[in-house]
Amino acid sequence: MAWLDRSARSIFLWDIVVGFIVGLKYFFAPKKTLNFPFERGPLSPRFRGEHVLRRYPSGEERCIACKLCEAICPAQCIIIEAEPREDGSRRTTRYDIDMTKCIYCGLCQEACPVDAIIEGPNMDFSTETREELFYDKARLLANGDRWEVEIAKNLELDAPYR
Amino acid sequence: MTKLIIDGKEIEADPTLTLLQACELAGAEIPRFCYHERLSIAGNCRMCLVEWVGSPKPQASCALQVRDIPPNRDGTPAKINTKSPVARRAREGVMEFLLINHPLDCPICDQGGECDLQDQAMAYGRAAFTRYREFKRAVEDKYMGPLVKTSMNRCIHCTRCVRFATEVAGVPDLGATGRGEDMEITTYLQEAIASELSGNVIDLCPVGALLSKPYSFTARPWELRKTESIDVMDGMGCNIRVDSRGREVMRFLPRINEAVNEEWLGDKSRFVWDGLKSQRLDQPYVRQNGRLQPASWSEALSLAANKLKSTPSGQIAAIAGDLAAAEEIKALKDLMHGLSVRNLDCRQDGAKLAPSPRQGYLFNSGFAGVEAADALLLIGTNPRWEAPVLNARIRKTWLNGKLRVANIGRAYELTYPYEQLGESASVLQQIAAGEHAFSKVLTDARRPMLIIGQGACSRSDGAAILQLAARIASRTGMIGPAGTPAEGGWIGFNVLHTAASRVGALDLGFLPETGGRDISGILAGAGSGEIGVVYLLGADEIDMNRLGRAFVIYQGTNGDAGAHRADIVLPGAAYTEKSGLYVNSEGRVQLAERATFPPGDAREDWAILRALSGTMGQRLPYNDIDSLRNAIIADAPHFAARDRLPSHAGADPAIWEKIGVAGNPDTRLPLQSHIRDYYLTNPIARASSTMAECSRLFVGAERMAAE
Repeated sequence: MAWLDRSARSIFLWDIVVGFIVGLKYFFAPKKTLNFPFERGPLSPRFRGEHVLRRYPSGEERCIACKLCEAICPAQCIIIEAEPREDGSRRTTRYDIDMTKCIYCGLCQEACPVDAIIEGPNMDFSTETREELFYDKARLLANGDRWEVEIAKNLELDAPYR
Repeated sequence: MTKLIIDGKEIEADPTLTLLQACELAGAEIPRFCYHERLSIAGNCRMCLVEWVGSPKPQASCALQVRDIPPNRDGTPAKINTKSPVARRAREGVMEFLLINHPLDCPICDQGGECDLQDQAMAYGRAAFTRYREFKRAVEDKYMGPLVKTSMNRCIHCTRCVRFATEVAGVPDLGATGRGEDMEITTYLQEAIASELSGNVIDLCPVGALLSKPYSFTARPWELRKTESIDVMDGMGCNIRVDSRGREVMRFLPRINEAVNEEWLGDKSRFVWDGLKSQRLDQPYVRQNGRLQPASWSEALSLAANKLKSTPSGQIAAIAGDLAAAEEIKALKDLMHGLSVRNLDCRQDGAKLAPSPRQGYLFNSGFAGVEAADALLLIGTNPRWEAPVLNARIRKTWLNGKLRVANIGRAYELTYPYEQLGESASVLQQIAAGEHAFSKVLTDARRPMLIIGQGACSRSDGAAILQLAARIASRTGMIGPAGTPAEGGWIGFNVLHTAASRVGALDLGFLPETGGRDISGILAGAGSGEIGVVYLLGADEIDMNRLGRAFVIYQGTNGDAGAHRADIVLPGAAYTEKSGLYVNSEGRVQLAERATFPPGDAREDWAILRALSGTMGQRLPYNDIDSLRNAIIADAPHFAARDRLPSHAGADPAIWEKIGVAGNPDTRLPLQSHIRDYYLTNPIARASSTMAECSRLFVGAERMAAE
């Protein structure tokens, strides 16, 4: 009887009907798409987006120019130069990240002993020119100031699993 | 020989060795902090513990001599285990103790990446748990001068620095106060370490307690490109490693060469690198209306070529400076030869050294030969400033207890006691005639030697003094029979140079040719107008005021005296920026490799001379450095054998009669070293702010005290 069943399905365009049923079901179902950038989905605290350089609550920059991030970076997109600051502390005079080279692996933030370089939750930082993606220290510190609240929360949420 | 079983391997060890050395012979690796091959044994870090089967406790292998290890009762050799659980647990315990007070600041420590403690903590640190619940101790940082930065929290009290200062440098400025946890390393009254070798404590420090101040925080060891090269700050040709990042030299470190510098390096050689970055000549200049104006290479070269071609050859002179490599000396000589210029000289200080015999201007016994000597006569030299590493070797030989040192000339503060025989050259005459008490000391000594400095050679009666010295050498048995260090026999006649280029230039005959003027003749001729054009190849040590109205072409690296006087400045490459051959005082030919490129428009020196010869239409017959080196080897065959002490086998005793010129030295003028300031002897050092600070601190204070 299988041939009868097959013939009836093709005569009555059963596959088309099923397609319309599925379409109608989703027509009335609640929508999953987001109106990005006005709507955003949830992000993991471990999300690796745009880099920031953080500061201590006192305003002192965290980075101590140990160059571990530069050493571990597999894309070699971090360039650091350092010298003693007037007060004798070890600080960077230059901290550049080439965001076009970066592969967002997150090894820099894993290597950082003071949680200074962090890949924050920001993901939409596209630019019109290539040059704007060559970040310098001032830009990274400004990013840090902008995202500090979110990053601090993310680090706190992720801490139990480290 | 004593038999030992180390890690199951039976070896025969010299009873005078320490157990640590015996273990290394057996191929075992023993961790250590306080033990160092060139220092006395302290045995205070306890990291080298090994298990001696049958002994109730693990033993510190560095402080246990093989002769003190008896065989077992049954006559079998003693069993030593270096990898057993007992040894390993003991070392882990020691590591835990060492880390109790060591701060966790590796990320901001300059030693990070090349730290003995870091490396050994990777092997012996117990990461599984921690017992560190107390506060770490805090120690105030000490002042140790402008070169050594301290961070005393990190100190693990191995006392290597203290032992180095006392034993090798000979300045007991460093010491420890307090005991146990309160122990602190400090300098006497917190003053700078007054030694020319102070930088070596940085290398010796196994942790990051003593660091290089000028290098601090600027680079990490893993990002440096390491080039093996030769130092040119003195005439020793110390082996160095140039650490560079990008186009910048970041630091100099010594390389181990037992025959030359062991593993030490003088402070000037170690910290001079900022002189390579400041006051550099990075483009050609031409003097117009009394001022040096930037010019292009073609302008500068064609002007220089026109000047050289339009001047009669008798009115041209060339002077080679102290830092020039053999390549450019040869190129300049060939260029001048092509113009049939006879007025050439490489002896800026006016030293009366003759090109032959070669033994007459070499440090014939070799620096290592000092250790075989048992009597030493210093003539008009201050080895502490002229060759600090050699001075350390003299001190080492004296410490070993068989060297008797005497000095003729000004009494300098050396790091070993010496007999002061007088300042006048008349003492030399007395010794040469055998009338002086010390001539008997020299005759009785098995391997007597003398060191004559450039201060003595460069006097107007230098040739007579050289002959007196050569006569002393041949009369007192310094020219000994075969079977002694240099293959041809013991030769104790030593000339100590301070200019890195000098021996190479003498070997290549950069000297006045028949009828030519020497340095004083050139200066006098320039002053009186008989010399119209002077070519200075990095020569800055002459008195520029005496050049009169002469047209000066200066080729060099730094804006020093020569460049200020020059009418044309051709920017050259410093010793880290070119591949060049240097011959040290011993006559050892060594290759300095290029570590970085010259700044701006500066070029390698031999290439500049080659380009100048092309502009003049008399192209030098070499197109690359290899064919230039072949030309050098054709001139002086010993350039083919690098890193080798010249053999004096078959040296004819008659040559000693040919050294110097007979004459009566001026006995009223005191003999003395020609170096007035150790830190400022050449254009690169004078451009360095680190050296300027050292000079102000160490030499300035001394001068003020003297005045």
